[in-house]
Amino acid sequence: MVMLETKNLGISFGGLRAVDEFNLTVNKGQLYGLIGPNGAGKTTVFNLLTGVYAPTSGGFFLEGQSLAGKSPLEINRSGIARTFQNIRLFKDMSVIDNVKVGLHNAARYSLFEGLLMLPRYAAEEAALEKRARELLRVFDLDGEREYLASNLPYGKQRKLEIARALATSPKLLLLDEPAAGMNPNETAELMETIRFVRDEFDMTILLIEHDMKLVSGICEQVTVLNFGTTLAQGETSAVLSDPKVVRAYLGE
Amino acid sequence: MQTFISTLIDGLSLGSLYALVALGYSMVYGIAKMLNFAHGDVIMIGIYTLFVTLGAMGTSPLMLALSALIMIAFCALLGFTIEKLAYKPLRTASPLSVLITAIGVSYLLQNIALLVFGSRQQKVPTYFSLGSIYIGSVQIELLSLLILAVTVLIMILLALFISKTKLGSAMLAVSEDKGAAQLMGINVNATISLTFVIGSALAGVGALLYAAKMPWVGPYTGSVFGIKAFAAAVFGGIGSIPGAMIGGVLIGIIEAMMNVFLPDALSNASDGFAYLVLIIMLVLKPSGLLGRKQIEKV
Amino acid sequence: MKTRLQRLLPLVWAIALFGVILLLMVTKVLPRSYQQMLPTICTYIIMAVSLNLVVGFLGDLSLGHAAFYAIGAYVGGMILRYMTAIPFGLRMIVAIVAAAVVAFGVGAAFLYLVRKLRGDYLAIVTLAFGEFVRSIVKIIPGTGGSAGLTDIPTIAAGAFPAKYIKAFSWSYLVMILCIFFIVNLIRSRHGRAIMAVRDNAIAAASVGINVSRCRIVTFAIAALFAGIAGVLYAANTAAVNPADFDYNVSIEVLVMVVLGGMGNIGGSIIATIILVALPKILLDAAQYRLLIYAVALIAMMMLNANPRFVSFKRRVGEKLGAKFKSLRKGRA
Repeated sequence: MVMLETKNLGISFGGLRAVDEFNLTVNKGQLYGLIGPNGAGKTTVFNLLTGVYAPTSGGFFLEGQSLAGKSPLEINRSGIARTFQNIRLFKDMSVIDNVKVGLHNAARYSLFEGLLMLPRYAAEEAALEKRARELLRVFDLDGEREYLASNLPYGKQRKLEIARALATSPKLLLLDEPAAGMNPNETAELMETIRFVRDEFDMTILLIEHDMKLVSGICEQVTVLNFGTTLAQGETSAVLSDPKVVRAYLGE
Repeated sequence: MQTFISTLIDGLSLGSLYALVALGYSMVYGIAKMLNFAHGDVIMIGIYTLFVTLGAMGTSPLMLALSALIMIAFCALLGFTIEKLAYKPLRTASPLSVLITAIGVSYLLQNIALLVFGSRQQKVPTYFSLGSIYIGSVQIELLSLLILAVTVLIMILLALFISKTKLGSAMLAVSEDKGAAQLMGINVNATISLTFVIGSALAGVGALLYAAKMPWVGPYTGSVFGIKAFAAAVFGGIGSIPGAMIGGVLIGIIEAMMNVFLPDALSNASDGFAYLVLIIMLVLKPSGLLGRKQIEKV
Repeated sequence: MKTRLQRLLPLVWAIALFGVILLLMVTKVLPRSYQQMLPTICTYIIMAVSLNLVVGFLGDLSLGHAAFYAIGAYVGGMILRYMTAIPFGLRMIVAIVAAAVVAFGVGAAFLYLVRKLRGDYLAIVTLAFGEFVRSIVKIIPGTGGSAGLTDIPTIAAGAFPAKYIKAFSWSYLVMILCIFFIVNLIRSRHGRAIMAVRDNAIAAASVGINVSRCRIVTFAIAALFAGIAGVLYAANTAAVNPADFDYNVSIEVLVMVVLGGMGNIGGSIIATIILVALPKILLDAAQYRLLIYAVALIAMMMLNANPRFVSFKRRVGEKLGAKFKSLRKGRA
């Protein structure tokens, strides 16, 4: 079953075509990699898929539903959640509150019930607390739940971002360089966590990564972007040994 | 019709005054990326300086020139000092902190003036009595033309300074990207200081022309004028010299027209309508007529 | 996570404090001039706490909080003045509800109009809006024009100290309710959404927060409480004038928020008490009051930019935090 499909997706800034004719099909439950040299347009693809930018050509579909041109809010509510390359946590809030913000739409009490502390407020908040701590435990962050998010070490901040994204119960999770700034041990552990998330939450994951060990270790398929266009696409091992791809990475 | 034309010219000269002050905001906003709330209050201090020096030395041409020089130099020094003491320590702080500090500086200048000169409006001695000329049956004050001419001259000089001199290109570079400018060997702190000095000197020139047109000064004279000038800078496009002129002239004309043509029943609230115009301008064109749209990097 | 009962504990303290102050008033231990000051403190606490919602929790700067204070004072003042058929106590309640509704509506409409503006630009339009409201009031029938609205029936009626006790009781009750609602708001999912927008609007949108609506509603709620404070002002002073709501009032409240700590409700309350009471205690310093405000604003920002001060504050905060945890939330 197809989870995400993009059709000739493209955007230009002024005269510059940052992404051109981008076609991608990700099946449900797949772990899919998006790789390419710096400035290839990978993050721009994520920004298109999450509504930060509106595409100037083409479109994309989540389980057949067209989402091109929708706002980030609508897209998140339709089932796409993401992390950011330059971590964007709510830094002056506690770790657990970061996750609870992700659960915002899962709670059902109204503003008014909150103001008056009516029974439903208490019940729903208790449920939120429970759910948030479950998510934190997955990422081994429960012990630090009362810390300010900005006081977490770098690697844990990346994990917290994933936990926050998962809290919105997405169908598709986009991870933008989840292993950036991590040491090999942390990366190995992260690979386990990503696999666990896919299996446990029945998640489809599309990720951008520079660490080839991570990509070849967990991604079933990859797409290589170079200067905004698709260079190669297919099974990870086949693509990574493609001479075209090797040349793009090493230069000629 | 005659009233309309003379009001239009009046608005044009008021507007070019706004434009001159708007330039100061625009430069600082473009380069230091902050709203220098105290800019209008520097004008107020400038007018008080004139009030003191002209009062003490008289308004003979020599003394007038001397007073004007002292005043403009004092404004430039004030701008320099404010930047050094209040804004520089906050270069890496959040925009909200910088804004609150700027409001604090503005408030400080107002209240120093309040303590020294009291809340009563003071009359600055008259120094430009140029009279007026008639074109057909339309009366035109020569002062209005002088203000317009000075503003246009300064704008041309400033545009030349920025495009032709090394310091000017340094300012452009800093406004584009502070980090990159630093790497290119540009002294960013000195450039920002220079921007404040030029901007505040322009405020001094503004004070000189303002007091010639409206010779009364109180502690809040500058802030009201400044806020409108900032709106003009935003409407025209931050960082754009012609934009400041367009925005300033537009506000000037609307205000002059309102003073003359607003029905009596509403004239009690004419201040309010001026602020309403300002809100509408900011809502309509937050990125400015001639400004560039900023895209936030994600 | 604390139980609801624990969260109600501050209310118990508030009632106890009310009792103590009443006792001091009845026995006249508290001199007349201080008794007179108490309703003003309550009014300003509502102003400061509600502005903190915008500046400290939402992270937007409003320089026009006095506009909503004015709207509340005029709506409330006119109801108290003209609807004399209704008994006074009920009329107060009608005035408060009406002022809250109007201030909320105007606040929401205004922020909807300027929703695209942030930072410096938002500060300027809110300032302009404050001056606009103050000026436009003059041409609305029934407001008394430039001369102001006078002869408003006051809650401070009767002999000393009974009249101040009555005024204080009303003000204190309304204030406690306002603080109660604002604190609850901050602790709810909507409060977390507000802080999320402050910390990172793009990330907030990416997890399904409606950033634009969040800003509009938060602003309107703050306006609502400022409107309620306005009714207290009208009912305490018996006269309201457009000059009572100028830019200086907005700045004064901003100073209270900044001094108390942005995002710190307890801090706002303490700073307000100090700033209202201080000029009365140090009469000689009264003329320097505004100057001191200006210096305080600048000094606080300088200190907050200084890493050594920030870590010092955090240490003190953690110590106090253990005691007053219920009142602290958000920024350290």
